[in-house]
Amino acid sequence: MTGMAKGTTPVGAEAPGAGGARGAAGDARGFLIATAAMTAGFALAPHLGIYPVFLMKALCFALFACAFNLLIGFGGLLSFGHAMFLGTAGYVSAYAAKVWGAPPELAILAGTAAAALLGVVAGALAIRRQGIYFAMITLALAQMMFFFCLQAPFTGGEDGIQSVPRGRLFGALDLANTLVLYYFVLAVFVAGFLFIYRVIHSPFGQVLKAIKENEARAISLGYDAERYKLLAFVLSATLAGLAGATKAIVFQLASLTDVHWTMSGEVVLMTLLGGMGTIFGPVVGAFTIIGLENYLAGFGQWVVVITGAIFVVCVLAFRRGIVGELGAWRARRRA
Amino acid sequence: MTEIFGIPTQALFGQLLIGLINGAFYALLSLGLAVIFGLLNIINFTHGAQYMMGAFCAYFALQYAGIGYWWSLLIAPIVVGTTGVVIERTMLARLYKLDHLYGLLLTFGLALVIQGVFTNYYGSSGLPYRIPDELTGGFNLGFMLLPKYRAWVIVASLGICIGTWYVIERTKLGSYLRAATENRALVQAFGINVPRMITLTYGLGVGLAAFAGVMAAPIYQVNPQMGANLIIVVFAVVVIGGMGSILGAIVTGFGLGIIEGLTKVFYPEASNTVIFVIMVIVLLLKPAGLFGREH
Repeated sequence: MTGMAKGTTPVGAEAPGAGGARGAAGDARGFLIATAAMTAGFALAPHLGIYPVFLMKALCFALFACAFNLLIGFGGLLSFGHAMFLGTAGYVSAYAAKVWGAPPELAILAGTAAAALLGVVAGALAIRRQGIYFAMITLALAQMMFFFCLQAPFTGGEDGIQSVPRGRLFGALDLANTLVLYYFVLAVFVAGFLFIYRVIHSPFGQVLKAIKENEARAISLGYDAERYKLLAFVLSATLAGLAGATKAIVFQLASLTDVHWTMSGEVVLMTLLGGMGTIFGPVVGAFTIIGLENYLAGFGQWVVVITGAIFVVCVLAFRRGIVGELGAWRARRRA
Repeated sequence: MTEIFGIPTQALFGQLLIGLINGAFYALLSLGLAVIFGLLNIINFTHGAQYMMGAFCAYFALQYAGIGYWWSLLIAPIVVGTTGVVIERTMLARLYKLDHLYGLLLTFGLALVIQGVFTNYYGSSGLPYRIPDELTGGFNLGFMLLPKYRAWVIVASLGICIGTWYVIERTKLGSYLRAATENRALVQAFGINVPRMITLTYGLGVGLAAFAGVMAAPIYQVNPQMGANLIIVVFAVVVIGGMGSILGAIVTGFGLGIIEGLTKVFYPEASNTVIFVIMVIVLLLKPAGLFGREH
């Protein structure tokens, strides 16, 4: 079999890269302005009548999708099992907060660390194969984790871990106050988002991109491709875990939904719809999908059908995603 | 009552039989995946949904047209295989020049659509499908009772598997197929219509899934979600066996089914995960899979 045959376009390669005609400095300034605008928008949103619980949910998923995008968009690795990091971190942080009585910051830290650890194990296994096999292995490992969470004595089985206390952040900020909680979630999201940008534009990120474009050549240049891929996998898992741990504190719940394979598919869809390999794409994709699910909540299984249909349309006609298409449109106008 | 390792033989053989049945379905489904992957380089995520469609096809045929099990075994693969041909022509064919992962994403989306539509109309509880009259009852083997239908499933799936192996490895058509897997352009240059062959191969693989679905209908009941979790296990089976060889897919499928059955006897808590654990071990020892070729 040919893992990545010559002449095929790698996933995400159609999206315009970060380096354009404008040069790195202009890009960095553009990014900072856009990020500042986005953060300001989010900071104002609850005062403009947008339901903060919805925003928090979307922000958690946006971070989750950004973490996933780090792996697919910049490492070319399609993980079909990212729910295991989201869900595991959720369970660990919920357990720490509820059973051990840990303060929220420690609970989230514990959940994130658990996801990182799981990322090391799962990543080391999955990078032994490439392409389609990589996707199948991550999916199978996540399914194993699902059954583990279903049967383990401390996860509460079908019920999950409910009514997790939110507690006081650093002993001072009361997270029971929705607005305080909202700004905390926003801070976590922005920190994760900036961290991902930094990783992508670091020497590490550049080598990762080289491996994605042409692994054989990167190896011949002396880069240890496996180590780079593993590190990317662990980073992505850790950030996905951060999203999951935060989500568990926000919704005071850790449940099987977050470890199920449909969740792994959902994050793929968010990233694909927003634009794989773009910085802002996953955020746009996450808000679109969460918003859609919110409005269609009354339609039962039709949500699944619509989700599937968006998948099909994206793959057939819209592979750059929303942000990718916008970027391409701007590039065409500039030319 | 006789016992082996402290386990009553009745329970042991009962679970072994269930393992063999599950193994038969693993083998049939991973075989279809391997055939499709060989030529299209696509992992068909829709396979589980197409297996479910096969079962529903048999259910509809019986419910609305009075068509029985035996005709369904023939009709369902043709009907579902035809929908597969349409999917290949209208959608998959546009993706061959792109990364293979797009094929996975497209078929995943299609699986969601199909399963969602069926769940909408038929809920998630199973619909019963009765065993055909000829196969009710069982054989008394002395140490256990072997239901006739279960024996039939094992024999029929073995037959189909060996038949598929024979077509691909021993006939002229199969030699074209294998040649096209190795070098598509060259085979096309010899005047063989490769695009049509690809279409038919996808139809055949999908037909195999539908056939498995009809056989599963009397055992597992007809349920919109029946293929959803199964397909993930089958993916693990494929990773363990490697997709390089047809015989490998068959042996791995049956072997893992039996191991799963034995796990249910000796350590039931792990029966859901044992195949994934084996996958991990195989990845550590022989990353290309038991029958796979390192490239």
